[in-house]
Amino acid sequence: MAVTTPTRPAPAARPPRPKRSSSAPLNFWRSTIGKKTVMAVTGALMLLFLIVHMLGNLKIFFGPTDFDHYAHWLRTIGEPVLHGAWFLWIMRVGLGLAVILHVVSAYQLSRRDLKARPTKYVHHQRARASYATHIMRYGGITLALFIVYHLLDFTTLTLNRHGVEGAAYDNVVSSFSVWWVTVIYIVAMLSLGLHIQHGFWSAAQTLGVNRPSRDRALKATATTLAVLLTAGFIVVPVAVLAGLVD
Amino acid sequence: MKLTLRIWRQASPDEPGRMVAYEVPDANPDMSFLELLDVLNERLTLEGDDPVSFDHDCREGICGACGVVINGQAHGPRERTTTCQLHIREFNDGDVIDVEPWRSVAFGVIKDLMVDRSGLDRIIQAGGYISAPTGSAPEAHSTPVPKPIADTAFDNATCIGCGACVAACPNGSSMLFTSAKVAHLNSLPQGAPERAERVLNLVEAMDAEGFGGCTNTGECTVACPKGIPMDSIATLNREYLRASLGRK
Ligand code: HEM
Ligand code: SF4
Ligand code: FES
Repeated sequence: MAVTTPTRPAPAARPPRPKRSSSAPLNFWRSTIGKKTVMAVTGALMLLFLIVHMLGNLKIFFGPTDFDHYAHWLRTIGEPVLHGAWFLWIMRVGLGLAVILHVVSAYQLSRRDLKARPTKYVHHQRARASYATHIMRYGGITLALFIVYHLLDFTTLTLNRHGVEGAAYDNVVSSFSVWWVTVIYIVAMLSLGLHIQHGFWSAAQTLGVNRPSRDRALKATATTLAVLLTAGFIVVPVAVLAGLVD
Repeated sequence: MKLTLRIWRQASPDEPGRMVAYEVPDANPDMSFLELLDVLNERLTLEGDDPVSFDHDCREGICGACGVVINGQAHGPRERTTTCQLHIREFNDGDVIDVEPWRSVAFGVIKDLMVDRSGLDRIIQAGGYISAPTGSAPEAHSTPVPKPIADTAFDNATCIGCGACVAACPNGSSMLFTSAKVAHLNSLPQGAPERAERVLNLVEAMDAEGFGGCTNTGECTVACPKGIPMDSIATLNREYLRASLGRK
């Protein structure tokens, strides 16, 4: 049978492999695994913050005096060792850095991933991965937009209808009394839940702490965290809208 | 059995390709998928047409040459089975079957279903080996290997370098392939002296080839004919982190 085997074309001229730099952190940051590790660590830091944030928010059910007192206390943590609102600023800078590193890595890795696989199969691939896994990039963009909106609403008070500094309780109630603010909030928190559902397990995988024996427990923890955080955050605006908090 | 094959035809790397439909009226359920392509090619040759180019060698599931995407699945519908070991009885009479080459920027199409997988070879060259002095082989029992470690190494050594993991990955990532080398060689005492250098070199070579990054999607492990698990990727990540922190 005369099946002609085509001769392999001369390998396309490829740029020589860039020599590894002598700086280990630089090589780490340049590699796909290194950037992914940065995402895992910053994601874990944000997750820790969000757990504390969610629990703090629930104080709103104890009434305005308690909640405003709590909001004020947040500004004074660390005194007198730390001056004035230093603790708050350390947290802001730390979280800001975490968000920036997370988003920059996500952007660079996503660009690389899309470039590595530009041609789709004519016959669609049947995806085996979960919805949470597929939605990571869109969910991330939703979260980034939400973070900006959220800061303008409750931190700078630019968009807040009440907008009185120190009156945290009334600021929250005024925002969530508007139904579409609550809708935005709920959509963002559902995105957050999905992001954590895949992200928590994925970070364990990225950091190399997953093992076959831990896989199920990690996935169960991811789902539990996702549900608790989403529910814990959503219950506040829903309570406001339902008139339980006013 | 009567089957219709819709096959990606592309004359050369630079020319555009397209799906072309061919009828195979006399398919035998006991044929392998490659034999089906042979039957088609025999006819195309007799008719003076250009036969379909595809890679193959061992036809017994051990060389890794034969990968194509069948109905959107790398190596076709049967799990843990290479294209050469897939039988036509997996399909039904009258089926229309789409056959496409591996898709990834790092794997250019050479012709039709044949792609250039030499990127995987260059990853191997960067660290998929242990350095050993030549001469008579050392007595195997002089280096004891605990059974669980031998099992892990052996399971990962079954990777045949077919590239189905890359083809199935939405990011065209070769993490599963690379992780099989690391989980194989870095877990054995024979691989220990080059443990850190190996993983750094392998990852550098993998990134330089233009493969995408891992998003822990898991399509690779489903497509892998040898069942290399996601656990190997966790091992690769762990070894890379360890080496990057300067530990030997
Ligand atoms: C600020 C906006 C955000 C963007 C644009 C974003 C985007 C992304 C993207 C694209 C991924 C990679 C998904 C993949 O590999 O398929 C990811 C992973 C992850 N994200 Fe986010 N994300 C954001 C916010 C957050 C927040 C608030 C958290 C905190 C809970 C978080 C936690 C994680 C974790 C834990 C991972 C997994 C990291 C890994 O796989 O190693 N992200 N994010
Ligand atoms: S890991 Fe599996 S799919 Fe990837 S090259 Fe090896 S055998 Fe093929
Ligand atoms: S031809 Fe060797 S694995 Fe299929």
